[in-house]
Amino acid sequence: MRASNAVKALTLAVSVAWIAGCSSPSTLSEDDSSMGGSATGSSSNTYGTGDASGVSGMGTDGNLDVANLKTVFYFDFDDSTVRADSVADLEAHAQYLASHPSASIRLEGHADERGTREYNMALGERRAKAIERFLAVNGVSGAQVETISYGEEKPVVLGSGDGSWSQNRRVELKYVSR
Amino acid sequence: MKKWFISAFLMMMAVTARADLVVEVTQGVDAPTPIAVVPFQATGLALNEDIAQIVSDDLGRSGFFKPMNRSNMLGTPSTEEQVFFRDWRVSGNDYMVIGRVAPAANGQVQASVELYDVLKERKVWSETVTGNSNNLRDVAHYISDQVFEKLTGLKGAFSTRIVYVTAKMNTPGNFTYKLQMADSDGARPRTILQSKEPILSPAWSQDGSKLAYVSFESSRPAIYVQELATGQRQKVQTFRGLNGSPAWSPDGSRLALVLSKDGNPEVYILTLATGQLDRVTHHYGIDTEPTWAPDGQSILFTSDRAGLPQIYSLNLPTRELKRLTYEGKYNSRGRLTQDGRFLTMVHQDGSGFHIAVQDLKTNRLDILTSSSLDESPTIAPNGSIIMYATKKGGKGVLAGVSLDGRVRFTMPNGDGDVREPAWSPYLQ
Repeated sequence: MRASNAVKALTLAVSVAWIAGCSSPSTLSEDDSSMGGSATGSSSNTYGTGDASGVSGMGTDGNLDVANLKTVFYFDFDDSTVRADSVADLEAHAQYLASHPSASIRLEGHADERGTREYNMALGERRAKAIERFLAVNGVSGAQVETISYGEEKPVVLGSGDGSWSQNRRVELKYVSR
Repeated sequence: MKKWFISAFLMMMAVTARADLVVEVTQGVDAPTPIAVVPFQATGLALNEDIAQIVSDDLGRSGFFKPMNRSNMLGTPSTEEQVFFRDWRVSGNDYMVIGRVAPAANGQVQASVELYDVLKERKVWSETVTGNSNNLRDVAHYISDQVFEKLTGLKGAFSTRIVYVTAKMNTPGNFTYKLQMADSDGARPRTILQSKEPILSPAWSQDGSKLAYVSFESSRPAIYVQELATGQRQKVQTFRGLNGSPAWSPDGSRLALVLSKDGNPEVYILTLATGQLDRVTHHYGIDTEPTWAPDGQSILFTSDRAGLPQIYSLNLPTRELKRLTYEGKYNSRGRLTQDGRFLTMVHQDGSGFHIAVQDLKTNRLDILTSSSLDESPTIAPNGSIIMYATKKGGKGVLAGVSLDGRVRFTMPNGDGDVREPAWSPYLQ
């Protein structure tokens, strides 16, 4: 049950990344290696060589194309721990940001509808900050990251039940400048 | 009467806590008082509001009364001479209200109202109320307040207002949010603020003249104070991170609020005139949702310092901290009755998030709802009803429950999801 939710979440995340302004005409495919908690230590190799992990479409300058990375990261209920299935893409974003000091991002934290609104504002912030800390540990300067929480106020999916809730418990990573 | 009534409700809670109908008055030790509000006679006037029906609905919704169904009335007397008390006694009424509306000077209308004790066949109260033909609802609510007060000894809360937030998804990710105000029965809604970005946590000042609320219109959350009469508003000092949960001190001079500028969400008190900011909590957990005790000497707030959210009370002069909620793993968003005796909150159990009320004298907790996505309880200024936000048919709606759980109702539905109700204090 959990795995199929992760598949749905991953598919959604990839679609959201695609719709959210990906300008590159490259094809997207699901990065299977990041599911089921098997975080590869050498994710930089994945993007540099265009290998079987399936992420293709490098930018013309030869650097990794952040437009192909996940930009939505999901969380477990009442939790703000960065999940294993977020690690690979976050490390890639971190690598990009660390090597492009003028690039900056906004992390938007969200919670599902259950519980009270202002507490959920705080939960959304906790999640955004957890991602921010992860990026900082991976070399990103605080000056490049802005965090904001929307609590339960901006769901991507209306409706109740685990299917909707799991898609709303998220942090969205948005590039303000590349 | 109030203390007797409250101890009676405690006895009834086990029986009625699980009922979940739209408008339900159940029988119990303290049965609601049967009353007949007879349609008013209108001479020489075409009225755009049915005053008697509004009064009848007000009294029924309060939980204290069981109004007679108009279709069961055998006659519609409008003067004392026309009343045959025996008929009204036989049809089960303890009290009845009759009235006549006539034109008055300056294009106004006059409603002459009389309240009778059916059993004693005696007039309890009468008054002639003057109003404008376009604010007959206010005339009706005034009458409801008087009848309520004469028969219960409590001040009526029918002439109060509610504010709430509506949200409508236009396209995925594209919303319209509105802050609206309506009468306490949901009638005459009007928009105070409209935005493409979220609005939340509206809070009334104790004198009813201002609202504080959180708006994301500047692309970050900020707290605004708006004067209702003029519409003028001011953004209070805004900091990096969260700015939320404004709560007015009883004297209106300060706002308790939540900021995360010092690393994590903490409760602060802002003195509005000077801008002075006092930090009130110092814990790495989430401290949020502050509310003031009626004497202004302590602040209650939600904290997850023990793992999951519970409600705590901080005495401001001594800074002594006391945990208030021990039952259940999640208790948040506390609000006190005006006498400080009862605390309503959102309480999670195995079946979801419910509205609950705790007697702070005995610490007994009663769960008032069986719906599972309840939030934002707000209490009428006379402590009779808790209004809250819930979901019905997948849509956000407002609902009400009396403090003893006997009477429940759902508010008329607006466009989009409705949430975050805040009940006004008594208004002039």
